[in-house]
Amino acid sequence: MSGIKNQLELINLEKRYGDTIAVSGIDLSLPDNTYCCLLGPSGCGKTSLLRMIAGHEEITSGDVILNNQNISDKSPAERSTSMMFQNYALFPHLKVIDNVAFALKIAGVNKTVRHARAMELLESVQLHTMSERYPSQLSGGQQQRVALARALITKPKLLLLDEPLSALDPFLRIEMRSELKVLQRKLGITFVHVTHSQEEAMALADIILVMNDGKVEQQGSPMTLFNKPRNAFVARFIGGHNVIEGQGLPISIREDRIKLTLGGTDEVTGVEFLGSVVRLKVNSGLGPLTVVQSDMEFTQARLDLGDQVKASWSKKDQLQLEA
Amino acid sequence: MKVAADSFGGIMIDVKKHSAALLSLPFALVIFGFFVVPLCLVIMVSFWDYNSYSIIPDFIFTNYHDIFYGCVKSLPDLCTSFATYLSSLKFVFITWVITLIIGFLVALFLCFCVHSLQMQIVLFLLCTIPFWTSNVIRMISWIPLLGRNGLVNSTMQNIGLTDSPVEWLLYSEFSVILAFVHLYALFMVVPIFNSMLRIDRSLIEAAHDAGASSLQTLTSIIIPLSRPGIIIGSIFVITIVMGDFITIGVMGGQQIPSVGKIINVEMTYLQFPAAAANAVILIITTLMIIFAMTKLVDIRKEL
Repeated sequence: MSGIKNQLELINLEKRYGDTIAVSGIDLSLPDNTYCCLLGPSGCGKTSLLRMIAGHEEITSGDVILNNQNISDKSPAERSTSMMFQNYALFPHLKVIDNVAFALKIAGVNKTVRHARAMELLESVQLHTMSERYPSQLSGGQQQRVALARALITKPKLLLLDEPLSALDPFLRIEMRSELKVLQRKLGITFVHVTHSQEEAMALADIILVMNDGKVEQQGSPMTLFNKPRNAFVARFIGGHNVIEGQGLPISIREDRIKLTLGGTDEVTGVEFLGSVVRLKVNSGLGPLTVVQSDMEFTQARLDLGDQVKASWSKKDQLQLEA
Repeated sequence: MKVAADSFGGIMIDVKKHSAALLSLPFALVIFGFFVVPLCLVIMVSFWDYNSYSIIPDFIFTNYHDIFYGCVKSLPDLCTSFATYLSSLKFVFITWVITLIIGFLVALFLCFCVHSLQMQIVLFLLCTIPFWTSNVIRMISWIPLLGRNGLVNSTMQNIGLTDSPVEWLLYSEFSVILAFVHLYALFMVVPIFNSMLRIDRSLIEAAHDAGASSLQTLTSIIIPLSRPGIIIGSIFVITIVMGDFITIGVMGGQQIPSVGKIINVEMTYLQFPAAAANAVILIITTLMIIFAMTKLVDIRKEL
């Protein structure tokens, strides 16, 4: 190992459809063994970006570099990347084992070898007992594991996941989420994961790219993004922040850093008990605010709808945002 | 009041429980009245006796015996029935192969090469234009083109390709197959196109991602997933061509025998039991071909 090398590099990547710009000015440098999430609302270009890395979308300009090799003009299979599709795209006419072994069959590997290798992978996702079934006979979570095994059989250096958890029910989603992270660390390869859920991105990623309108608004670790959102879009999208108008530029203040004291001109308009925390909506002179209190803090004051309060925070918790 | 509501609820549940059966009832009745009953009548009449004036209820095997009379004894020479069936089978096979290739390629083009839905609809409607005229007109319109002094022959002579008119263009097996392909290729296009439209595009991408070439994607993904359409289209073409006698008559210049023609002639002589027996044999043959074909496709899938 020659220290940290930048495994995946994107240089000024751009995608246009005619005159419409889908994605532009993407620069990214990911070290080895990184979990990266592309986060943004639908239509922000995150899937286009992923498909450009995978080679399923032609690159208008810019370069994709993987392990110091320019792969911009290579076919998907030559890139040593592998993609897991949003609805898994399992071949309905093939048994689970043949789905997993598909890439090896195409590569001309003989049946015993490719089935043995597929069984190994199926065992690693605990599906070896299902190898003779067809995809339609599996649950959503099982299909997802098959798709994962199929993507990994080519031993990719980079795994690309297009909203891998969105088709699962909430309970399973959280379970699979932690499994994905464990798997990424075990394999030691880089995952690039597209999602529109900030919760998912925060839980998984080493590096998050927050995207909007075909551009990267901010990139960094989940902690950096949460503690220092660059602009109003990131602060709102990442959640947990109030964005209010400052002098000229917007400022953000974390929901859990606002204090409410009885007697003032601000009105409580909502109280949501969420277990360990309580979320309050307050109509203040600066606009509507969301305030999160710990349950202990809440039981002291017991604020209710219609109570008159005063919202305040210390100056150091106030964060200046860019326009 | 409560009891009434409950019993009403009970009825609702009953309707729900049997809704599948109830919904399929009207069509089941249609199938029964217009398919099962006539078929049973045909089978029944095929065992009846007949003379020059009337048909006589009976249970005899004479009609079937007559069809294959002397057929086994005269082998390896073919009797009329065997020769006719063989000729029909040849037409079925050649027409099936050609319509399958054309139908598959047209469907493939419409589905995967034409990207806008509007263009797909426009091109698909273009395919159906020949069906705006009747079968007979479509057949007859070949005659001025293929005849002795037709457009094709005169053009070939004018550009010096041949000295004398080519005889096999019309009233030949060639013209029969040409007409069959022209008439029935669409019956292949429609079901295959329909099957292909259901193929999720991400499957194609997934195959590419795994390194499959376009040809490998075609053979390992598109063809297997088009299989239902291929089978349905094949059943259409095989059953129609097997029973067809008008096309063979018109395009073959009434010189080529067909099973349908035998049945037709027997009907005109009011030999209904004989015609019925021939029809039963025809149905059995056709079913056997279809059965064999689905088996063949199944085996291919296992490989």
